[in-house]
Amino acid sequence: MNLGPYAAFILAAYSLTTAVVVALILWVLLDYRVQRKLLADLEARGVTRRSEPPR
Amino acid sequence: MEWIALANPSRFLALAERLLPWLAAATALAFAAGLYAAFFVAPEDYQQGATVRIMFIHVPGAWLGMLGWAIMSVAALGTLVWRHPLADVALKTAAPIGAAFTFVCLVTGALWGRPMWGTYWVWDARLTSVLVLFLMYLGLIALWRAIEDRARAARAAAVLTLVGAVNLPIIKFSVDWWSTLHQPASVFRVGGSTIHPAILAPLLVMALAFTLLFATLYVSAMRNEILRRRVRTLRLLQVQTVQGA
Repeated sequence: MNLGPYAAFILAAYSLTTAVVVALILWVLLDYRVQRKLLADLEARGVTRRSEPPR
Repeated sequence: MEWIALANPSRFLALAERLLPWLAAATALAFAAGLYAAFFVAPEDYQQGATVRIMFIHVPGAWLGMLGWAIMSVAALGTLVWRHPLADVALKTAAPIGAAFTFVCLVTGALWGRPMWGTYWVWDARLTSVLVLFLMYLGLIALWRAIEDRARAARAAAVLTLVGAVNLPIIKFSVDWWSTLHQPASVFRVGGSTIHPAILAPLLVMALAFTLLFATLYVSAMRNEILRRRVRTLRLLQVQTVQGA
């Protein structure tokens, strides 16, 4: 695969897009872990919504 | 199940748990096929040479940047007309994802422009209107952070979103209404695409991959936002219980 004289521009475009996509994936994964942990801590202390029976 | 039934946060969470593994797998498969086609199947363009490969990420970035705002506009109607909490979740979570794809569009466009146009940036109507879209995304995210009352923030964001939707047709038709350095529409246009099938096919596969990625991130972010609101509700309940004791 020969990217020609403008290889640096092509590689920069793909590298930057990869960085943005990885950042988005990490954002949703880490946020999910944090929210699940906070919910689990609250539920372990017996705090539940009115629509749910206490655990 | 009726579609309206999904507008219940608990049902949405259950559906998201089932849907996300399939969406993630489909995204990975589509990207594998799209990247292979982009680098090993698609020929070089007779004018752009190998830089045509930048189009395989630039064009989907542009489409999804606009799709994000279109989704937010529909959700804004849900917030203002029906005051449905899931509509606000849908609006709020699309903003950072739409902003990220618009950013990809702008930066990859600049990296393509330097070797092809001789400049990273020109203030033509298409580029400027997409920059305005990106700035509106940032403004919307800032608005949410600036207003503490969630209901007020949701209404203000919904109004700003609907006002900002005016920019979508401006972006789309800017290349027809004004004389721009940016090329006119070449994929979706009356009379069919002007792109050779050998380059159009990888572009469409990459567009599918990016759309699946958008959907995966969006469903994940909506799930996270629903959980965040549950945490907030439980904390308020905890405080009320302590104060009532």
